[in-house]
Amino acid sequence: MIRREFFIDYSRCIGCRACVQACAECDTHRGNSMIHLETIERRDTLQTAPQICMHCDDPVCARVCPADAIKKTPDGVVQSSLKPRCIACSNCVVSCPFGVPKYMAEFEQMMKCDMCYDRSSIGKKPMCATVCPSGALTYTTMEEVQRTRPGIPVNSWKFGGEEVTTKVHVMVPRETTRVEIDLIQIQPTPQALPADPYDVALMLEMAQ
Amino acid sequence: MTPARNSLRQPRLSDATHAMFWGLATASLLILGILTGSRGLRDFDPALVSYAGAAVLSGFGIGYRYAMWLRRPPTRLYWYRGWQIFLAPQKLLSNLAHLARIAWNTIVLQRFIERRSHLRWTAHWFLAWGCILAAAVTFPLSFGWIRFETARTNQEIYRAFMFGIPLGSFHLGTPFAEMTFDILDIAAVMVLIGVFFALWRRGHDHGAWSVQQFSDDMLPLILLFAISTTGLFLTVSTHLMQGIYYGFLSQLHAVTVIFTLLYLPFGKFFHIFQRPAQIGVNFYKQAGASGPQARCHRCGQEFASRMHIDDLKSVQAALGIRYQLSNGLHYQDICAACRRKNLALTQDGLWKSYDNRLRGN
Repeated sequence: MIRREFFIDYSRCIGCRACVQACAECDTHRGNSMIHLETIERRDTLQTAPQICMHCDDPVCARVCPADAIKKTPDGVVQSSLKPRCIACSNCVVSCPFGVPKYMAEFEQMMKCDMCYDRSSIGKKPMCATVCPSGALTYTTMEEVQRTRPGIPVNSWKFGGEEVTTKVHVMVPRETTRVEIDLIQIQPTPQALPADPYDVALMLEMAQ
Repeated sequence: MTPARNSLRQPRLSDATHAMFWGLATASLLILGILTGSRGLRDFDPALVSYAGAAVLSGFGIGYRYAMWLRRPPTRLYWYRGWQIFLAPQKLLSNLAHLARIAWNTIVLQRFIERRSHLRWTAHWFLAWGCILAAAVTFPLSFGWIRFETARTNQEIYRAFMFGIPLGSFHLGTPFAEMTFDILDIAAVMVLIGVFFALWRRGHDHGAWSVQQFSDDMLPLILLFAISTTGLFLTVSTHLMQGIYYGFLSQLHAVTVIFTLLYLPFGKFFHIFQRPAQIGVNFYKQAGASGPQARCHRCGQEFASRMHIDDLKSVQAALGIRYQLSNGLHYQDICAACRRKNLALTQDGLWKSYDNRLRGN
């Protein structure tokens, strides 16, 4: 079987939400979309960014889980919490460096992107990568992505002092070997800005 | 609320020694319970000694694994916090009332499973209550805690004793007698209904196919099926086959039960002992919601209770997760949505720096 890998390029996202809809059709979490689609700076830009699970080599979500409910398959895919074990504490939701797991209050369970394991485990593309029209989410071979993209894929991250390597890659400029989250200053968003009556993204969020 | 660090301090004994102690303590307590409950083995049925022995071994395994589980920093913290919040004297009464509500909804009715899927709930409810019913009868019988005998004056009257204390008597042939003698058959049928629904679901759910494992998902169903059918065969042999093959069937049934008891601590069934932790988490969440909330450093929105975030930082420190940022902030003070936005912004920043370098700025 051809070895395909997952690549994210946030800068290619056009906010079409096809991934969000398709995600909910996956059999392993049918009816529940596990992908996040963020609007970055609503007032200044239309930029959106999809976020799937990065499938860490040593997942923080599993390390902080009190119920030992989060397991990785032999091929490195981190699964949703095991239904019989998950005690709905949300440690994983709050601790994940990528902000991925979702606490499903109705089921009292954490669920997350499992790379559409019913598909990817038999060589098919995950639903989001199947429908993404812009290549922001791509499931292909390393050679193909290196041949067709200007940047290079990396899967090494640093969150403060915490080093994380992931199964999923992100596209970055050449010469970059690791994404360090300390690189940008995280500033508090001004709370006192006046409400924008034409903030379409906000309207969409409110309508959900 | 006192700091959680007390619960996360470095343990003095090695994990295995500690777990071994609790395993032995659980098994010893069970043996003591058998000795006292059967009045010095006077009420103990020697025919059931293999079941009692397997239960003691299983008790050791459960104690060992539970102690091992509690050694994990996040588990230890919730254990400590859950009891601390539940036993707070000023809230004990309201906590007891809340406990009854949670127990009714999560253990008796299992509503959270129903919301996941009706089919899953049907399977689990029948499996769970079939097993609970069977355990409530067989464990006390095997331990010699309950026994039955015919009345000395009338062979048609059966008397029941618990810990040697008479519980009452009933006539043979009455509906109550029939139900008492057939209660394990009723439990077996309930389990078989649950196994049927579970297998039906697993046979039709493509999602389940891709993630299920034989040892975790199929073996427990096979074991429950084996116990229930061999148990029902005993009744069939007695009532319909003049006791033919009864000896072989009873030994076969014993093997399935003993294997399941020994599997209890190591496989999927261990969730029976883990699951009540959800009740502690429920109290923890309730206490967190009524206390101060943590605000995201980036967007200023509340995203979790202050207690949860502070406790998580302690857990992360104990696990060696180093989220301190170089600018003095802690990554744990950033909400999940802002973390996701920050990832995209970081990529933007990398491309911007790269473009600037190319342009020679």
